[in-house]
Amino acid sequence: MLKKNKLALFGLIILVLFCVLAALAPVIAPYDPGEIMESEIQGPSLKHLFGTDDLGRDVLSRVIYGGRISLSVAAVAVLVALSIGIMIGAISGYYGGLIDEIIMRFTDIMLSFPTIFLILVIQSVLTPNIYNVMIVIGATSWMGIARLVRGEFLTLKEREFVEAARAIGCSNLRIIFRHILPNSMAPIIVAATLGMAGAILTESALSFLGLGVQPPTPSWGNMLMDSQTYLLDAPWMAIIPGLFIVLAVLSLYFVGEALREALNPKEW
Amino acid sequence: MTKYIFKRLLQLIPLLIGITVISFFIMHLAPGDPTALYADPNVKPEELARIRANWGLDKPVAVQYFIWLKNAARLDFGTSYISGKPVTQEIFERLPATVLLMSLSFAIILLISIPVGVISAVKKGSLFDNVFTIVSFIFMSIPSFWLALVLMLVFSLRLQWFPPFGNIVLPCATMVITGLAGITRYQRASMLEVLRQEYIKVARAKGLPEWVVIYKHALRNALIPIVTLLGLTLPDLFGGAFIIETIFAWPGMGRLGVSAVFSRNYPVIMGISVFTAVLIVLGNLLADVGYAIVDPRIRYAKKE
Repeated sequence: MLKKNKLALFGLIILVLFCVLAALAPVIAPYDPGEIMESEIQGPSLKHLFGTDDLGRDVLSRVIYGGRISLSVAAVAVLVALSIGIMIGAISGYYGGLIDEIIMRFTDIMLSFPTIFLILVIQSVLTPNIYNVMIVIGATSWMGIARLVRGEFLTLKEREFVEAARAIGCSNLRIIFRHILPNSMAPIIVAATLGMAGAILTESALSFLGLGVQPPTPSWGNMLMDSQTYLLDAPWMAIIPGLFIVLAVLSLYFVGEALREALNPKEW
Repeated sequence: MTKYIFKRLLQLIPLLIGITVISFFIMHLAPGDPTALYADPNVKPEELARIRANWGLDKPVAVQYFIWLKNAARLDFGTSYISGKPVTQEIFERLPATVLLMSLSFAIILLISIPVGVISAVKKGSLFDNVFTIVSFIFMSIPSFWLALVLMLVFSLRLQWFPPFGNIVLPCATMVITGLAGITRYQRASMLEVLRQEYIKVARAKGLPEWVVIYKHALRNALIPIVTLLGLTLPDLFGGAFIIETIFAWPGMGRLGVSAVFSRNYPVIMGISVFTAVLIVLGNLLADVGYAIVDPRIRYAKKE
């Protein structure tokens, strides 16, 4: 148990650190992320701790600003997924019957695509920009949450407190949002934390392929886009942003697991 | 059993139609059309219109969809805009490379994750368990494309052990490392679940040695969910294949899919969507049926 707490604490510290870096990027970053400072690629030095990229921009500053973009894209994407997932899951679980059947078949369809291919197809059709990335990632990752919420609603709607709420004349909407939903928050919070980790990974893959956040705006994913070309000459271009992604995702997993244990959704 | 499989196969039809409708309409949301990509500015408008008519792009989207569906029902997915070859032929040419990569990766994943998961569960809380739990989390946090880049940097460019492109070792290693954690943790959870059962207590109570309890009674039951894993991992393996094949220039379906997306090669995109969806859905079906075959409890429940 102590070990789990230590991991969660590690995760929490990293997450807080990344959030501070993102929020205070203009104060903390040594240079302007878009400024072309050197005429050629430079290795790590005192002036450029993480070296410069192929255009001579400071990698440290870009990775700090990139975190700002990557984390906010992931956070908004998770909010989108939560909104869709909770709405669909709640309707499906609460009303049941034919509506439930139709919605669950639709969920099955969405689950049968390899998500990344579906996102690639959508992104190639839309003009790739930061808002589309948020919406598309959210719109293709709500299925797990929907199933979870549906399950919660299926069991909770039979409980006495829902019966009581109905007896005193609460509307369906009120029962869904004020009575059942708050009682299913624990597993939803866990799913949202793990979903955020997934969203960071998806954003990075999309931006790496050039279908996500567009340059010159830096994101952890699109910083890796050109790194394959300079892999041998400038390995730091590939390694640094990747390490930030791994650290952020790992921290979210640690915190998510600790939350899962603390809130013990299985008991509900 | 036959009736159950038949019913499940029937359920696939609306599912597949749904998948094709969604893919088709998403693609056609795009402003403009693919002819713009291929034609140079000097081509006469009449010529473009002729190409468009040739590809059926001049008709309303709904009509195009029904024409496509009618042909698809006969396994005719049209011809690739780029190579001019039938899509089915193109996919089947690329299929063996993907199947080889995926099955090799999956086999190695199972070989590593089953023993590790079982030992972790049996020795829950031990150093072994703790180390592998943390390692699993780290592996889960690595973006596959980044791992691919790092492996390529170290083993192809620096050490020069493997060629960077067209060699199976590094793409396979990438898939194994990124896929390992999920299955290891699944196997660990499944073993823990079994160890909590009454019949394990009974086996212990009648004085069987611990290794018999674990390897003859617990392990056999803990392996049952592995059958379902193929179904569950298939979408992830396919998802990984799209990017990993592209980075390592592995001539499989994933790479074909990504290049089709970038060139808006509609027939190929549709073909690959349908093909992967069919494989994923069949994988799920196979997993459920396999589960029912190895676990009598499920089989009897289904009969009622």
